[in-house]
Amino acid sequence: MKILVCISNVPDTTTKINFTDDHKSFVSNGVTFIINPYDEIALTRALEISEANAGSTVTVIHVGDASAEPTIRKALAIGATDAVRINANARDAFFVASQIANYAKEQGFDLILTGRESIDYNGAQVASMIGELLNIPSISIVKSLTLDGTTVTLEREIEGGKEVISCPLPLVASASEGMAEPRIAGMRGIMSARTKTLAVIEPSDVPALQTITNYDKPAPRSQVKLVNVDDVKGLVTLLNQEAKVI
Amino acid sequence: MSVLVYTEHAEGKFKKSSFEVVSYGAAIAQQLGTNLVALSIGNVSSDELNKLAQYGASKILSVSEDAYKSFVNQAYGAVIAQAAQKEGANVVVLSASFSGKGLAPRVAVKLNAAYVDGAVSLPDTTNGFMVRKGAFSGKAFADVSISSENKVIALMPNAYKVVENSQNPNVEAFTPVAGSNDFATMIKEIVRASDKVSLPDAELVVSAGRGMKGPENWGMIEELAQLLGAATACSKPVSDAHWRPHSEHVGQTGIAVSPNLYIAIGISGAIQHLAGVSSSKVIVVINKDPEAPFFKAADYGIVGDAFEVVPQLISAIKEFKAVNA
Repeated sequence: MKILVCISNVPDTTTKINFTDDHKSFVSNGVTFIINPYDEIALTRALEISEANAGSTVTVIHVGDASAEPTIRKALAIGATDAVRINANARDAFFVASQIANYAKEQGFDLILTGRESIDYNGAQVASMIGELLNIPSISIVKSLTLDGTTVTLEREIEGGKEVISCPLPLVASASEGMAEPRIAGMRGIMSARTKTLAVIEPSDVPALQTITNYDKPAPRSQVKLVNVDDVKGLVTLLNQEAKVI
Repeated sequence: MSVLVYTEHAEGKFKKSSFEVVSYGAAIAQQLGTNLVALSIGNVSSDELNKLAQYGASKILSVSEDAYKSFVNQAYGAVIAQAAQKEGANVVVLSASFSGKGLAPRVAVKLNAAYVDGAVSLPDTTNGFMVRKGAFSGKAFADVSISSENKVIALMPNAYKVVENSQNPNVEAFTPVAGSNDFATMIKEIVRASDKVSLPDAELVVSAGRGMKGPENWGMIEELAQLLGAATACSKPVSDAHWRPHSEHVGQTGIAVSPNLYIAIGISGAIQHLAGVSSSKVIVVINKDPEAPFFKAADYGIVGDAFEVVPQLISAIKEFKAVNA
């Protein structure tokens, strides 16, 4: 099995998000970056599958500049076989998906995994776009993925339930919580990651279709109205008459 | 030129999010001075299809071939793109539902379109085409300027109100052309918890955290939710401990919700959780710790023990319902 895992380099979940005064860009000074949590789930599942199928490899790919290399090394420390960085500013999801699809076309992977979305731009686009660009199936927001020979059984989240899908390889899937429990890199992993291959490839030319021109933070809520613990009925009245939500 | 919306249904009934998408698409069509076409795929009765006209669809395309009876991501994506081409639609709108999120990027690639996922309001078309969407998992909004001729938008559930805008029902059968690899995947089973309100598009949500002390205490949370017709949700530590399924986890690495009312019980309000609920219209927090950060992000609060407050809340709502029935 040749597995490709796409990883994104995102602000840690505890980050307080700030923008420049002109609202045009995210302030990354002092922000800790991590592997996108959903991508980490995808990586872990890829490693589990690889361990159960002798001779398998897990390649991680990232589209971005050199500042992401600590995150890529971390993926290698967790257990990926090797890594590729497409040396480009990730302008939009189509750009990223095109770079990954071009690489995958050359190399030929059986299984391509991503996270369900990145926790920074929340695009949830790359998996389906890669599938479309390679003309192979893509299944999004997958909470369970098992392999039996060349057939994959996936459980996909749907509103109020789940869908169980059977699919041949090759396939792209985007991982949601439940697909695997993320692993922590051990000391041996961290040591061996230093010597694993991290190839840097120049991007192919892809036009940008969109740009973010403005960022805002949600308006703060007005002061909380506290209801006395002895007056729970009063809360129901407020929700009905003032907030008009029940 | 026209605007095309894809309307999802579950077992032949359109979802509320589909009527939201039709209302939203109709408003865009009006902004652009064009008409709205709705597309339905799978087995839907003509009475049900006609409902789409009530919200502003002047034409309804229906694909009813057996091959398209159940959802196949790749095949449905191809149908939507073909319908857009047939209608000369350069704006395509879907719901940012679980299925919509998988479909829309494929449609965008086929149409060489820019794609915005999770739109929260109508596009600004005064100078170009700009769409506002959630970013940083609920911690911010981003305005996306689109430069491509074709655009695909996935609309956040509950972000746009359903608006009546009656048109003459005009249903047309549409026969798509299947691509070579369109039907590679197969649905083996669909499992639906039919007695439960679906969380991502719920209007009311009752959510609970570690303050509930253990999964055995969720009875009162479920009772409260059922009474309100609300979906149940939980915080990350709760789903990590397997007290509740991952599908109920609301927050930055779980589901982002935007209900009218979010009731948080025994949840302290970590920044990751707050991110997932920031689009809620009204937030109620019940927590015994007056210093819980969630109170700063709430509209109403009760400082008190969940085990005392929730049963009282249940009887207060029962009483309220009895009077207002």
